[in-house]
Amino acid sequence: MKHLRKQIVWLALGLAGIGLAGLTGCNKPASGNAVSGDIIKVGEFASLTGSEATFGQSSHQGTQMAVDDLNAVGGVLGKKIQLLTEDDQSQAGQPATVVRKLISRDGVVAILGEVASSRSLEAAPICQQNRIPMVSPASTNPKVTETGDCIFRACFIDPFQGTVMANFTRKTLKLQAVAVLSDVKSDYSLGLAKFFKEGFAADGGKIVVEQSYSAGDKDFNAQLTAIKAENPDGIFVPGYYTEVGLIALQARQLGITVPIFGGDGWESSSLVPIGGQALEGCYFSTHYSPEDTSPAVQDFVKRFRAQHQETPDAMAALGYDSAMILADAIKRAGSTDGTKVAAALAATKDFAGITGKITIDANRNASKPAVILTIKDGQFKYVETIAP
Amino acid sequence: MRFQHAKLALLAALGLSLLVSLVANRIDPYVLFVLYNIGIYIILAVSLNLINGYTGQFSLGHAGFMAVGGYTAAVITNQFGALNPFASSALFFGALLAGGLFAAVAGLLVGLPTLRLKGDYLAIVTLGFGEIIRVIFQNMDLVGGARGLSVMHNYTNFFWTFGMASVTVYVVITLVHSTYGRGFIAVRDDEIAAEAMGINTTKYKVTAFVVGAFFAGIAGGLYAHSTQFLTPGGFNFMQSIAIVVMVILGGMGNTPGVILAAILLTLLPEGLRWLAGIEHLPGIAKMHPLGWIGGTRMIIYSLLLIVLMLTRPQGLFVFTMKKAKGTS
Amino acid sequence: MTEFLQQLINGLALGSILALIALGYTMVYGILRFINFAHGDIFMLGAFAGYYLAPKIAAFLPTPSVGAGLVVMGISMVVCAVMGVIIERLAYRPLRRSPKLTVLITAIGVSLFLEYSGQFVFGAAPKKFPDLIPTYPLTHLGGLSINSNQVVVFGVTLLLLLALRFVTLKTKIGTAMRALSFNPEAAALMGINTDVVISFTFALGSALAAAAGILYAVSYPAIDPLMGILPGLKAFVAAVLGGIGNLPGAALGGIIIGVTETLVSGYISSTYRDAIAFGVLILILLIKPSGLMGRKEVEKV
Repeated sequence: MKHLRKQIVWLALGLAGIGLAGLTGCNKPASGNAVSGDIIKVGEFASLTGSEATFGQSSHQGTQMAVDDLNAVGGVLGKKIQLLTEDDQSQAGQPATVVRKLISRDGVVAILGEVASSRSLEAAPICQQNRIPMVSPASTNPKVTETGDCIFRACFIDPFQGTVMANFTRKTLKLQAVAVLSDVKSDYSLGLAKFFKEGFAADGGKIVVEQSYSAGDKDFNAQLTAIKAENPDGIFVPGYYTEVGLIALQARQLGITVPIFGGDGWESSSLVPIGGQALEGCYFSTHYSPEDTSPAVQDFVKRFRAQHQETPDAMAALGYDSAMILADAIKRAGSTDGTKVAAALAATKDFAGITGKITIDANRNASKPAVILTIKDGQFKYVETIAP
Repeated sequence: MRFQHAKLALLAALGLSLLVSLVANRIDPYVLFVLYNIGIYIILAVSLNLINGYTGQFSLGHAGFMAVGGYTAAVITNQFGALNPFASSALFFGALLAGGLFAAVAGLLVGLPTLRLKGDYLAIVTLGFGEIIRVIFQNMDLVGGARGLSVMHNYTNFFWTFGMASVTVYVVITLVHSTYGRGFIAVRDDEIAAEAMGINTTKYKVTAFVVGAFFAGIAGGLYAHSTQFLTPGGFNFMQSIAIVVMVILGGMGNTPGVILAAILLTLLPEGLRWLAGIEHLPGIAKMHPLGWIGGTRMIIYSLLLIVLMLTRPQGLFVFTMKKAKGTS
Repeated sequence: MTEFLQQLINGLALGSILALIALGYTMVYGILRFINFAHGDIFMLGAFAGYYLAPKIAAFLPTPSVGAGLVVMGISMVVCAVMGVIIERLAYRPLRRSPKLTVLITAIGVSLFLEYSGQFVFGAAPKKFPDLIPTYPLTHLGGLSINSNQVVVFGVTLLLLLALRFVTLKTKIGTAMRALSFNPEAAALMGINTDVVISFTFALGSALAAAAGILYAVSYPAIDPLMGILPGLKAFVAAVLGGIGNLPGAALGGIIIGVTETLVSGYISSTYRDAIAFGVLILILLIKPSGLMGRKEVEKV
């Protein structure tokens, strides 16, 4: 009996403790202090650790560099930008917590993030409810911006990219029958595959076989053997470079010689080191090319390399651009008020970003050209640009 | 006399939760969200404690039951648009119950085949079931698969969260402390002796799984309606481990300890985040952009686990004189 | 027919690596009755050890070559053996008298620690594993492809399995290991230094994991700190399938899992691939819990 009484006492204490914790939260008003003194607080959430750490770290590096660049020339509206970055550990449930913290505790005026569409989708409603503009650097699922008028993205969306690749493979490469190998764990991959299939079929092509894998897998021989048996002219792999390199290697080892192609998930300086010879003659669409001779891109690449000893990939470039268009919108709005900034973002036109001229369309997506690259002699080589 | 105390405590807790939820809009939304998470994890940890702690069935797949409950509740409430407060409360209650029931069925499906297994084997099989559930949801178009499911309604509030937490604690404690409940502990302490004494160990093991899964399902429903977005990846092995750690830390079969552990471990990442926040200085050329505390948060978490196991394995919050019997 | 044969070959190749990892698991479990969750992460460390060693070795030996491969693998095995012993000393030995579940949780803690420290130290992005041994496509007859890596993996696994059997059956320490697995108290009473034998077991198991890591990295040359999680789990399933504590059983289990996974993936559906290993586990535990080649353990009351 004493036992149970003790338990009840502890329970009561526990609840009281929670009550106290709740009370401490009582006195913190929301974003009043967002523009205190001479600092503008901008929040960022990214997957800095966990299974998708490489993408989060890349985009964060780009974003941070943009903020540093902006501050070096005096900031925005005469105030320095403070970038508050939170790690969501590539884990569902975390974006909801960290974005709430950034908005109510830290009082940020805007949110930058995330790369993964699923985590952007988790955070978007919260930003929308609080009228805090959110700019995703690289989420390509159309649903993200459909959440509301405060949610934007700096990249193109899956329907556009899928159609680009479908047209390219059908009309330029003249492929008839194609296999699709997608990442069942990634909504990016599934989305891109879906739109590619629709576009390819609409152009008169045929999808002969579909297989899938999970991000993190290393062995694809089973799927590739099944694909080989159907004799396709090419294989569409709308996945991330982390797996694509190995897929190409194993495909060649199995005797598959047809070209392999994919989307912007391929874009990384690690792709060719892993895939090597196997990737010769393969194609992929992306946002920008580090080979681009324009001075802005070359300067960005040079400075990024100096700071991080790595060539910036698409995530880094998009992270950079997302921060830049946000800053530009704040400048044009003349204030950090959420609704005004959102309106300014929506009016972005021909903004000169690293990843191309960015115009935000009526659906709050970036309307910009896609670039098709091929791999030749171990380097990415530009093939053509496809305008929206 | 015991029973009266327990019922009183439950009513008091429910009343308190209701009161707090009425003033909830004065509380910082971030803090409120963390409080909801605390409530949800209390339910998860206490329900797992019934399976792991009291009945000695080491289950590593609890997140799977949470997933079943969460998706079920979300699919149900998504069918309805905006409703008046009374109807939405009724809907939410119904959806939570449905989620709990489906999860209970899953618990039955997991509990039955695992009857003959013990210790590590049981652990891995339950882990396997958790993963299988996750893969099933990943392939289910109804819930969006890997693309995730948006949950329309933000029904979770303080009353529901802590109300359900109180109910869970009440049910588990009264269940275990009843005469019937002695059976659970008997199964944990020495299964063969229990069988020899005529206790139907099968019934107890399955009951533990079903009841534990039911409440995990409710927690899942609450989670779905506060985070408002579900992905199969969020119910993976890591999630199950997080709950297991709470049970182990609190002391297996020690409900108040487990509650405290749940509170502590839910607050821990927030505490670490606060610590990492100290170095959020105006962003001018930082040498290690990720911040040394931010990058090492998981490392600290895992080290804490190891150190705690090495120094106080019986659990951090064991207050009673009951000796924690080892399981084989 | 060709497709089926090719899938079989694929499965065998994958299975050999799982078998190698499973050997380490089953050894440790057989003696200590606990699942070393960190085993998959030692496997990962072996691969990373090879990654950092390879350029250093390239200064002395030509790469790619068999010699370079052997040297790198040998040193990685030693490095991981040492790591295994250190982990055992620090994290597991103090808990030897504790309930099994405490050790299990500690093992999970060690595993998480290795994974996230790995991400912190090595970086999360996948790295290209250097070409250690020369790779030749071996046959292309009738559309079948086998390459030398697959043969090497299979061969090395077989060799290590035989070596392991020799150690456990014919050497003194091996006999001590077996004695410990039957009855630890009696073994201690017989004058066996339990601590030394356990440390040796961990060293051996970790060395095997390292070898598996190198072979895996040679076959799938993209390594990252989280690469050990899934192979580790599947290898555990393989060990249980074969009968935990039984060495040839573990190897057999690995092959079966590899082939089953490949066949189901190729013919039925690749979207359920992750779940297959677990499905097999549940089936085998329902039908024959002691595994294919295990002994039935009778619990005396």
